[in-house]
Amino acid sequence: MRDRTLWTWHVGAGMVILVLLGLHMAIMHLDATLGIFGTEGAEPVEWESVVARAQSLFFTVTYVLLLGAALYHGIYGLRNILFELNPGAGLRKAINVGLALVGVALFAFGTWAALAAPGAATMGGG
Amino acid sequence: MADPTTRAVTFHLRRFEPDKDREPRWENHQIEVLPGMTVLDGLWKVKEQSAPSLAWRSSCRMGICGSCGMLINGRPRLACNTQIAELNSDVVAVAPLPNFDIIKDLVPDLHSMFATHRELMPYLIRDDTAEQDDPTREYRQTPHELEQYLQFSYCIKCGCCMAACPTVATDPQYAGPMPLGQAHRYNTDTRDAGFTARREVLSGGSGPWRCHFAGECSQVCPKGVDPAKAIQLMKRELVRDLLRMRRHQPCAGVAEAPHGARHEEIPAAPPRTVTEA
Repeated sequence: MRDRTLWTWHVGAGMVILVLLGLHMAIMHLDATLGIFGTEGAEPVEWESVVARAQSLFFTVTYVLLLGAALYHGIYGLRNILFELNPGAGLRKAINVGLALVGVALFAFGTWAALAAPGAATMGGG
Repeated sequence: MADPTTRAVTFHLRRFEPDKDREPRWENHQIEVLPGMTVLDGLWKVKEQSAPSLAWRSSCRMGICGSCGMLINGRPRLACNTQIAELNSDVVAVAPLPNFDIIKDLVPDLHSMFATHRELMPYLIRDDTAEQDDPTREYRQTPHELEQYLQFSYCIKCGCCMAACPTVATDPQYAGPMPLGQAHRYNTDTRDAGFTARREVLSGGSGPWRCHFAGECSQVCPKGVDPAKAIQLMKRELVRDLLRMRRHQPCAGVAEAPHGARHEEIPAAPPRTVTEA
């Protein structure tokens, strides 16, 4: 894939992270102020709250989306850093393939974790 | 008695003679500097007084030709455009531009920069080759359209931006600010239709995607060009093109013939008002 396409996805992933990370901050750190997305009477990090969010389809989709965006954004940045070390053509190809495999594997594992959570809002959950 | 208008300045020069030296070395040369002297004037004085084999490139002496780009007191500058007084130092350290191979002393090898520049087709690409080869009238362009690329056309290809760029320093595949800025200059010109041709090169790994936006290229440009801005604007255009959001502008045609009748004959010159003594 050409660098123009990769860079465009990188910027798009950054915008997704901006929104979803803002959501994360609001849930985890501004819950007392905003009083949204938490469960009644529990702290956002407590087990009941985590399970309640995992059972919500909105949060499951959000987790997977944030995982994909953060993985892509970070791995593309790492690729740029590695390329600035001036590797040869063969090593560049190996970096591309290696990072793509690591990214797909981590995304698959993270997605499985989100879908397999206790009482998750999916068919395979629980 | 010493001239009160002069002062002693040490020129700390990086020398490299490929026939003699395995590694570059430094030399000190002290000269008397007059007010108004440029670093280039100082180099000439050093050459006349104590270092006849010292080599550098220079030509116009007025910041136009872009030949005398050098690293002067740690910053890429034009030697002819830099007053010794403005450096506020009794030592003037002069080295060849970084990020280039050295041919001799202060002469960088700019071949790689110009090869990339050529690869990005820095000229008007149009279908009407007959009109280009044998122009009948000028191409139509509004002042507003001119302003879109005017500042980028002030580039004199001195290489100072390339020497200051941290990405060029680490990634030899990166095209660099000068070629990319000039590609944007022609992509933005309404008389040009070469965006698609240049896009093929720009979309690859050597294109603007490697730019970190450090902005050093714009800081050091002796002509006030902003290559960092050009690169960001070009990224935007290329991404718009990828997302099918780029507005297609037809290539500007030739201007209409002037209205009104031309004089068939040139009128006679008015009578002389001054008589020869």
